[in-house]
Amino acid sequence: MPVVLETIGLTKRFTGLVASNDVSLRIEKGARHALIGPNGAGKTTLINLLTGVLRPTAGRILLDGGDIGNLATYKRVQLGIVRTFQINQLFGDLTPLETIGLAVSERRGQGRDWWRVVGSRSDLITEAVEIMERFHLADVMHERTAVLPYGKQRLLEIAVAIACRPRVLLLDEPAAGVPENERHEILAAVAALPDDVTVLLIEHDMDIVFSFADRISVLVNGALFVEGTPNEVARDARVKAVYLGEEMVDA
Amino acid sequence: MIPSPAAIRAATDWLAARARWHPLEVLFWIAAFAAIYLLPGRHLIMTEVAWLGLFALSLDLILGYAGIISLGHAAFFGIGAYAAALLAKHEIIGEPVLALLCAGALAAVVGFLTSFLVLRGSDLTRLMVTLGVALLLREVANRNGWLTGGADGLQGVTIKPIFGMFRFDMFGHTGYIYCLIVLFIFFLIARRLVNSPFGLSLLSVKGNPLRSSAIGISVDARLIAIYTVAAGYAGVAGALLAQTTAFASLEVFSFDRSADLLLVLILGGTGYLYGGLIGAVIFKFMQDFLSSLTPQYWPFWIGLVLVVLVLVGRERMTNWTAPIRRAAARLDWRSFASSPSPTEGR
Repeated sequence: MPVVLETIGLTKRFTGLVASNDVSLRIEKGARHALIGPNGAGKTTLINLLTGVLRPTAGRILLDGGDIGNLATYKRVQLGIVRTFQINQLFGDLTPLETIGLAVSERRGQGRDWWRVVGSRSDLITEAVEIMERFHLADVMHERTAVLPYGKQRLLEIAVAIACRPRVLLLDEPAAGVPENERHEILAAVAALPDDVTVLLIEHDMDIVFSFADRISVLVNGALFVEGTPNEVARDARVKAVYLGEEMVDA
Repeated sequence: MIPSPAAIRAATDWLAARARWHPLEVLFWIAAFAAIYLLPGRHLIMTEVAWLGLFALSLDLILGYAGIISLGHAAFFGIGAYAAALLAKHEIIGEPVLALLCAGALAAVVGFLTSFLVLRGSDLTRLMVTLGVALLLREVANRNGWLTGGADGLQGVTIKPIFGMFRFDMFGHTGYIYCLIVLFIFFLIARRLVNSPFGLSLLSVKGNPLRSSAIGISVDARLIAIYTVAAGYAGVAGALLAQTTAFASLEVFSFDRSADLLLVLILGGTGYLYGGLIGAVIFKFMQDFLSSLTPQYWPFWIGLVLVVLVLVGRERMTNWTAPIRRAAARLDWRSFASSPSPTEGR
């Protein structure tokens, strides 16, 4: 499989702290790649570097071999690098319909239309409704996002990203904080992501990681520690020692 | 997966209702135009209400829709006022409507150039930067007396008849009709704009700039665009003042004017376009009423109203008016009893 997203020696230094240390990562097209590591290992920093929220101190980021390290966040989104957030980043005053519709219209380059009334394109509405049904949001599509149950907000968080039609989807702890009884909806949504979308998943929950990923990278202190298939990582003595401990034995 | 037709239908209907004219809106404009015939003795103050309403509408575009707070919006108002007055005085563009559009365009250019200053930073930074720009322009106007008349203001301006036909009169009849029509046209454009995908993206930028850029929106470009448009609107409002009074002075740039404008918008509420217009009506008539009662101390009462308004809170006042709004909702013959109004709670 060809490599879609690649980092070469990616490094981010904050004063007195190396958050990402010489990370070289290769993610293949269609991969289900998990990024794990203890708290403070630099997982979210890496996502911020990949999406352009942070600028690297050194190193390069390649999408299909082209350097995207200097592009603004919104341009990378237009190229297909889309993320979700560990802590919900939604538009509280907008409804799911408005939110998804907005994301779809921006993806189609119609977001600057200022003379057309929202809702005048039926194919756009159809696409938005289709996404909302897929993520179990159709029954709440006219509610303000701020009043939605947390589980629905988590679903919307992923649905918005899907509406951007990503080539590489970066999922930052999609199930974080979701109560047990709503968890299966999120997991089903993640499992049902289209095959052609490459997924990089950050997750603490080892059940999710090992049921989802076909490749796992372990990050410790900002540096790539171990990388391999789930079996290789599960058997790796060093990983057990520094990070996974008893949890691994259960898996 | 094929989405259910019922859900598509519901979504389509809801979005259509979002931009639909509410009966109260229609009523508002009928009343405004009816005042031409019904309140002929009040046209001078109504003229002021009209340009103040347009000015406040302009602030609402950046504050209510894009979340940019400004204490220096008079900068663009002043540019428009001086531009209109100078164009008329030196007979560069004699026709008022054309001069009005030029004044607005000039203010928009200045708005575009200064928009880069408000992209970064917190609300406090923006307050200070916008305030600074307005003070700066006031001083530039003050220092260039050869052009602006300095502290004495720009004297000897005569405004030609509109389209060469309608002469401005001392009772404000022409002035009110002129200002009202200009206000209405610019309101229609603004209404169209905020109901467009662009307008929706402004709300998203206001709500969460981080997520907005994460769905592919260039946040800076959107803010620059709306700031430029709003500056143009403010310039048109300033030009209306200059044309209806045939005068421009340094006061057009003053801090008081920017601060009063925020007050107007707080009185009427932000984010639904009518806030500035309703606020302008309340502000001007309150000012008129109070200053006839206590010529010296009326600012005290305006201050008191402001304090009460902020302490009581808009939400509680909205709750008090809930029965009225429910009655108004029933008036809306096209809306469905079950579907909530899209603008509710915003």
